[in-house]
Amino acid sequence: MTRLAFGLSGLVAVLFIAALVVGPAEIGVVHSIQALVLDGEGPVPLVMREIRLPRAVLALMIGGSLGLAGAAMQGYLRNPLADPGLIGVSGSAALGAVLAIHTGLAASVALGLPLAALAGALIGVGLVMVLAGPSGSSLTLILAGIAISALTGAFTALVLNLSPNPYAANEIVFWMMGSLADRSMVHVWIALPLIAVGAVLLATLSRGLDALTLGEDAAEAMGIGLRQMRLTLIFGTAAVVGGSTAVAGAIGFVGLVVPHLLRPFVGARPGRLLWASALGGAAMLLAADVAVRMILPARDLKLGVVTALVGAPLFLHLIYRIRREGI
Amino acid sequence: MSLLDLRDFGVTRRGRDILRNINLRVGAGELVGIVGPNGAGKTTLMRGALGLIDAVGHSSLGALSPHARGRAVAWLPQSREIAWPVDVQTLVALGRTPHLGAGQGMRVADHAAVDRAVARMDLGAFRNRTTTQLSGGEQARVLIARALAQETPLLMADEPIAGLDPAHQIATMQTFAALVREGRSILVSLHDLGLAARHCTRLIVIDRGGIAADGAPTAVLTPDLVRDTFGIRAFLKDTPEGLIFQPLEVVG
Repeated sequence: MTRLAFGLSGLVAVLFIAALVVGPAEIGVVHSIQALVLDGEGPVPLVMREIRLPRAVLALMIGGSLGLAGAAMQGYLRNPLADPGLIGVSGSAALGAVLAIHTGLAASVALGLPLAALAGALIGVGLVMVLAGPSGSSLTLILAGIAISALTGAFTALVLNLSPNPYAANEIVFWMMGSLADRSMVHVWIALPLIAVGAVLLATLSRGLDALTLGEDAAEAMGIGLRQMRLTLIFGTAAVVGGSTAVAGAIGFVGLVVPHLLRPFVGARPGRLLWASALGGAAMLLAADVAVRMILPARDLKLGVVTALVGAPLFLHLIYRIRREGI
Repeated sequence: MSLLDLRDFGVTRRGRDILRNINLRVGAGELVGIVGPNGAGKTTLMRGALGLIDAVGHSSLGALSPHARGRAVAWLPQSREIAWPVDVQTLVALGRTPHLGAGQGMRVADHAAVDRAVARMDLGAFRNRTTTQLSGGEQARVLIARALAQETPLLMADEPIAGLDPAHQIATMQTFAALVREGRSILVSLHDLGLAARHCTRLIVIDRGGIAADGAPTAVLTPDLVRDTFGIRAFLKDTPEGLIFQPLEVVG
């Protein structure tokens, strides 16, 4: 267990440094770290502090968020196919952002886009709560999430349909692919409080998720408050996913694949999977963000595209493994 | 001292009385078998008494806080759910959940309770096996061990021995009897009236939403009750080998 913790932490640390030193401005490794840590003037410290540091920090935070929320969602629903986007928060955050681009709010108001996305996420989670109710079966939560996702997807398509010119449509499509390019520390400060609060909420679920291995009835009889768990899960997931989507767009597959990959290494215990998956998610997103800068540096490859390209085959491999084990 | 006290207790769902006018008290050192035909309300009685579903009247367990209830009674549901491929040891250790404070790890006493439960259910050889790869009967024994590891004064189990082989059915009932001799009490729903008659100190017959009979097995399993409630004729005899109950044929 500690070996896994050290291994994952080490991997995250190495990838974080890689994310700091890889980029189009060719700066040596030592030089770039020096510029970041020591005070100084000139272009190199500026690139490091204003461009690469926020980008690496965001990849760390958002990857961790998606991994954590995915593990929590899978544990709560006792379904390895659950995904943090399931409760409709990423869809509604994306709709908020798309509306901001369409109406020009994103261009005219500073931070109009992330704030509109956050407003969308808030409305989305409110609707899910109204539809699914504070207590009840996990099925109502899934259905409410699917309904919200479908509705926001339809509205997003409508906005695209009505976009005044191809450039606006282009902007919307590219935003929805998810990216960490050209983000600043301001984006970090927007997302950080939400992600911190949401992560703390989700971390408290650990023991309840373990107990849910035995089913809702047995867990409840052991003193686990299912109603409180459900609220914590919804608000925690909404905070981390809403905050992440607001600054980076929709990044898929991390929350689905990472818990899946790491489950065998934590003895399938859903509580332990939370932190393991948070570290794993951070590692995956940092690696993907390094990859987009290395593979096609000139073409602005989108982060969400890379995670999907990596995630989908991994998922196919998992299906193969499950079929081979015959479960 | 009573471990479970139900007074004027009832459960109504969708406007229909599933249970009504239940008065029941379980003290220390009782092995109570809950018997009755399908759909009589055995599971509803136990879930209602635990406070897992809405009920009317008084239930001493339902009145407890969730945390206190987890230390007062262990509940073994009928559905043998194991959601993730955890190992046997981990699953049994989940029974210690109500005894741990927030963020507290397993203490020496908790490990000892897990060891006792594993030994009682004869699972030593399975300790590190993956639960989801065990057979159905083996999984049932692991889940019973989980409830035993909770080490509560009262254990409520919903058809725990259904699907076990005869040896493990008898062994489980003997384990229950041993726990009862140690002063704990067990409320167990059963369909096997033979095992119920032989091992339980008391039987409660549930029929049509109420208690049809309550008392020692020989007093409860009269030919009239067996015919009216279960629709069968049976052989019942107190022998030097213990009470023998064998259903013979369907009547009426």
